[in-house]
Amino acid sequence: MTAPRTMFEKIWQRHVVVDRPDGYTLLYVDRHLLHDGSAGGYGKLREMGRKLRRPDRAFATPDHYTSTASGKVADIRDPGHRKLVEAIQTNTAESGVTLFYVGDPRQGIAHVVGPEQGVTQPGLTMVCGDSHTSTHGALGALAFGIGTSEVGHVMATQCLWQRKPKAMRISVDGTLGAHVTAKDVILAIIAKISAAGAVGHVIEYAGSAIRGLSVEGRLTVCNMSIEAGGRAGMIAPDDTTIAYLRNRPFGPKEAEWDKAVAFWRSLPTDDGAGFDREVSLNAADIVPMVTWGTSPEDALPITGRIPEPSSGLDAAKKDGIARALDYMGLTPGTLLEEVAVDRVFIGSCTNSRIEDLRAAAKVVDGRKTVVPSWVVAGSGLVKAQAEAEGLDKIFLAAGFEWREPGCSMCVGMNGDTGKPGERIASTSNRNFVGRQGQGVRTHLVSPAMAAAAAVTGRFADVRRLLA
Amino acid sequence: MEPFTTLKAAAIPFDQPNIDTDQIIPARFLGKARDAQVNALFHDVRYDPAGKPIPGFVMNQPGFAGARISVSERNFGCGSSRENAVTVMVDNGFRAFISPSFGDIFFNNCFQNGVLPIRLDAARVAEIRKALHEKPGSEISIDLPSQTVIGPDGKSDRFEIDSFRKDCLLKGVDEVNLTLGYEKDIAAFEAKQAKELSWL
Ligand code: SF4
Repeated sequence: MTAPRTMFEKIWQRHVVVDRPDGYTLLYVDRHLLHDGSAGGYGKLREMGRKLRRPDRAFATPDHYTSTASGKVADIRDPGHRKLVEAIQTNTAESGVTLFYVGDPRQGIAHVVGPEQGVTQPGLTMVCGDSHTSTHGALGALAFGIGTSEVGHVMATQCLWQRKPKAMRISVDGTLGAHVTAKDVILAIIAKISAAGAVGHVIEYAGSAIRGLSVEGRLTVCNMSIEAGGRAGMIAPDDTTIAYLRNRPFGPKEAEWDKAVAFWRSLPTDDGAGFDREVSLNAADIVPMVTWGTSPEDALPITGRIPEPSSGLDAAKKDGIARALDYMGLTPGTLLEEVAVDRVFIGSCTNSRIEDLRAAAKVVDGRKTVVPSWVVAGSGLVKAQAEAEGLDKIFLAAGFEWREPGCSMCVGMNGDTGKPGERIASTSNRNFVGRQGQGVRTHLVSPAMAAAAAVTGRFADVRRLLA
Repeated sequence: MEPFTTLKAAAIPFDQPNIDTDQIIPARFLGKARDAQVNALFHDVRYDPAGKPIPGFVMNQPGFAGARISVSERNFGCGSSRENAVTVMVDNGFRAFISPSFGDIFFNNCFQNGVLPIRLDAARVAEIRKALHEKPGSEISIDLPSQTVIGPDGKSDRFEIDSFRKDCLLKGVDEVNLTLGYEKDIAAFEAKQAKELSWL
């Protein structure tokens, strides 16, 4: 009899190449995602005079610096940025890596493309030089972000030195209310445990409300694990996962399908396996959330009010609230529903999948935007699917801009930024100071809540808007 | 990589928790060459949109120029994986960071650049920050072999560090070279996995 193990433990053990007595493990990496910000990894490889060890295990797509206005490389205004996008083409061609380049309908945000193409699979280890690599855990992979030096290390060796993180389980049980989405669930979790609540841990999300989510919703939850400080986030593969993976281009082919499924079925955490930490939430308590401050932990129910600095537990907390409110230009005690927005962004690796666009379109349908509003699909395939369903027409008729896939205003590296002082309702994952442009004020919300903000010009409770 | 053994240098306190890597270096500087990023350190919290220094920000206060050690509230370096957040600090003279906790990726990136992140008890870190505010320019002594930090108040603390990381820092080990020493194990792993997960 082997002792009961967590899913994380099973995947970890399977990927140990060397266990050193000092507690460090050389861990094998099954999948390496590259994007236009990964050029530095190739630079490291060149410095070392080495070749990419396993080009068959790497997949690349430009996303951070691409133009979402035209989707053409020639239209990238900053020559340095254009070079970075072009570099991914020359680098992958030289090293034999599969590339989904600008113009290919499969191009998009790496964390949207990986699952869509079946590159992401249960039981695998995955890395990318990007913190939101945690997204891929939604399919039962152990996936985490790394820095440029480690990207170079993986390129050269297909391995990483790691100290085993601790395991944490976050259970959400019960049924989510109408118009309460995966985004609200993860914001509620981060508000509860804080932005450092899962530092040093791999999170497994469990419970009936999590199992009830679609794969798209699970990707949203795991995406923001990093915003809770987690090393990774994962959800056990089940029928929903397996149905999603069938016939994906880079997934197992028919002849191997049953073998792969049998492996995936062996992954979920055994009954009785222990976690270093357990947290639980009741799904029925979660309502649409809005962040008010400059950390994702500053999330409140839409029914709430902007906090008073005096509500901080100690002097540092009070000072922190005051600073955040100053940056955000908000008055304590204001109802969140009375806060007006200047701009709306629907997109990013958190919320740019087909389900997100459907949810937003449902709110927008037959209404008009009152502030500049954008929809940026997560990949060319998401965009095409949305167009096939007529969602683009709904957004365009309402006054939205319907743009080409990429990271866009989530981080603004390609120049898609707001103006200083602008208040943006955004479906992305970070409300950090300056994240969407210097002086820009970001409020994180779900796609439905972003759509509600677009058509009302404030943070409207989507439950009432659609009632 | 340059080895790290001891460091005695001026320190600067950061009182906010969750200082993210977007604050340390804003995204729009990432596409530039490393030497063009030096002045981007904390750019948007240090300067207003018109380029004027923001007086409330600690780096704009007198006495903290030339600091090589940062002492911050919890979760320093959270957020994006950008290694530039470490390198821009290094290029501005920093070699060690003290905090009750760090963003995991930032923490790992430190070791890739010969920089020492030190976790100390939150109450002690608050005490050190207070001492630094009271006497800007005060020095902190770090001794990696004995794993001790001596604060500006003369009080000494022991810190924990994995022996693997400690060894690599002390010797300035290049991790890729270390890993290549295990080439046979990697090849054996790949052969075994090719059979087990044949669809990959
Ligand atoms: S969409 Fe935003 S969070 Fe996601 S990879 Fe792009 S920049 Fe990072």
